Amino acid sequence: MGSTLAQQIINVLQLGSIYALIALGYTMVYGIVRLINFAHGDFFMVGAYVAYAVFYAFNAYIGAGSPLAFLALAIAMIGGAAIAMLSNQLAYKPLRYKPKLSSLVTAIGVSMFLEYFFSAFPLIGPSQRGFPEILPKQMYTIFGAEISNYVILDLAVAATLMVGLTFLIQKTSLGRAMRAVSQDKDAAKLMGINVESIITATFLIGGAFAGAAGLLAGLTYPRIQPYMGILPGLKAFIAAVVGGIGNVPGAMLGAYILALADNINDTYISQFSNLLAFLILIAILLIRPTGILGEKTADKI
Amino acid sequence: MKAYTKFVAIGAIALGLGIGMAACSSGPKEIVIGGVGPVTGEAATFGVSTKNAYEMAIAEWNANKGINGKQLKLVFADDKGDPTEGATVYTKLIQQDKVVAIVGTVMSKVSLAGAPICQSSGIPMISPTSTNPKVTEVGDFIFRACFIDPFQGTVGAQFAFNDLGAKKAAALFDSGNDYAKGLSEFFKAKFEELGGAGSVVAFEGHASGTTDFKAQLTKILAAKPDVLYVSDYYQDVALIAKQARELGFKGPMVGGDGWDSPDLVKIGGAAVENGFFTNHYSAEDTRPIVQDFVKKYTAKYGAAPDALATLGYDAMTLMLDAIKRAGKTDGKSIRDALKAADLAVVSGQVKFDASRNPVKSAVIIEIKDGKQVYKTTVNP
Repeated sequence: MGSTLAQQIINVLQLGSIYALIALGYTMVYGIVRLINFAHGDFFMVGAYVAYAVFYAFNAYIGAGSPLAFLALAIAMIGGAAIAMLSNQLAYKPLRYKPKLSSLVTAIGVSMFLEYFFSAFPLIGPSQRGFPEILPKQMYTIFGAEISNYVILDLAVAATLMVGLTFLIQKTSLGRAMRAVSQDKDAAKLMGINVESIITATFLIGGAFAGAAGLLAGLTYPRIQPYMGILPGLKAFIAAVVGGIGNVPGAMLGAYILALADNINDTYISQFSNLLAFLILIAILLIRPTGILGEKTADKI
Repeated sequence: MKAYTKFVAIGAIALGLGIGMAACSSGPKEIVIGGVGPVTGEAATFGVSTKNAYEMAIAEWNANKGINGKQLKLVFADDKGDPTEGATVYTKLIQQDKVVAIVGTVMSKVSLAGAPICQSSGIPMISPTSTNPKVTEVGDFIFRACFIDPFQGTVGAQFAFNDLGAKKAAALFDSGNDYAKGLSEFFKAKFEELGGAGSVVAFEGHASGTTDFKAQLTKILAAKPDVLYVSDYYQDVALIAKQARELGFKGPMVGGDGWDSPDLVKIGGAAVENGFFTNHYSAEDTRPIVQDFVKKYTAKYGAAPDALATLGYDAMTLMLDAIKRAGKTDGKSIRDALKAADLAVVSGQVKFDASRNPVKSAVIIEIKDGKQVYKTTVNP
């Protein structure tokens, strides 16, 4: 029993780390531009495919192992950031000061475009691919729980990125500017902050996190396909809402709560898939619509 | 569209009755059999295999003096994999070509369009490969040559209990997929019948499209099953196998024909070794009837027969055998003879149950060194 509990805790932490990396991008973009970017799950998918391409481009020269894994991580993050920035520049920026609904519908359009473009693109195609073992897998037994080096990698990358993001937001001038823009765009502009470049930076960071999550998910669940971002994207969105959308620590907390809910759901009522996740969403929206850590804000006119 | 089908069906009854009676009295020199399959359209390769098999069976029977001195004539019609087209060709076969029986068709949705026409015209029909249980529920003139999906769960349980010697089993399946759920439910029922109540120690579903199965697998492995039954399609099976092995499961895994894809090994790698799945047929089956069929088919068409060719051949054989035993060519006599069938065909010994589904053997395929290897044949 002890080992089962330890194993389930590890399972929750691993799944939660991947949700967290996706949820952060959702919440940051919402915090800055009040846009629920439904294409965010697809940035995650792009990251997975970029990592896949990196493996086949460099495997012959470097060989599977840590250097290749870090190269794949770096390039997947760049890939995620690039697709996020492109989406912002081409789809969201022209609609910035138009009604909110236009951007929301555009986000759904971007999401569908990415999914269908990738499945129609001959080099990628709609069928599933096995994701290569960029890092040779090793197993360890700790407190009776089976832990692979992938679990450790997932947790380490997520923790590093989350600590880095917290530092960036709290301690750097870019972070200060981001906080200012999220509080009041117009006042920030008057204070000499270039709002558009802050928005671009937010998309870049959010996209890079989604790209990193794409690589980790590819390694952990080695099957990739153009629609792989839909379900994790939805779960991460719920996580962001549960934690308080627009709130960065809230997204992290929400992601682990949601992973725990999924785990309990799958352990005890496995035939009612995703039931608990959606019940939690409904409960939060009814009881505390601002989310656990979210603050009540009056609508700005 | 539905109204159109109905109209055609009513027309079929009216014309079929009148013309059918007139034709009977003259005593034709040959027996006309209808064959249906999708040789064009989305399932074209299925249709071609099926048509080849029909023709081969008819040619063999004709070379063997036909049935009761009469030669056989096959009228083949292409349903294009489309239900509307299917209704049209079934009607045409019955009205214009005056077939005594129809063998077809491949896809369940098209068989479901053809079956009511056969039923209302009193023409016996046998589908080679339509697995949807509803097909034979249309009426007592409708049969099939393949086992219905959930039956694989029964066979999988027998194999796990008898051949693998498992005393405790667990099942994991996509709870949003009728195929996977049906297989697992039948597996559980049979395994508990063999091993006693409580021998299925875990019975867990998962969401469609998910990639993380660790919560269920951790719970399953805590119950220490000897065998894990995974009735999903190959893409999920590969991930489940990987995660189960990662969590320390070393025992065998068993599944259904949803495993039958080269991608299973491509994605699953070493994790799917010690895996077994049920299927309709294997070209490596050592029974003489199988090897003989494989040799003849390969010589004639230049490729080993797939499951569709085998089932097409079996469906035709079952129908011809029934006509022979009936001694007459009216629908009712053929139907009654077909109901009483007990015949060894390529895919196994066939008898029909009360719902006109065959009770027959299935083969077990093992994943060994990344290849599919014939393991054994299991009789129900």
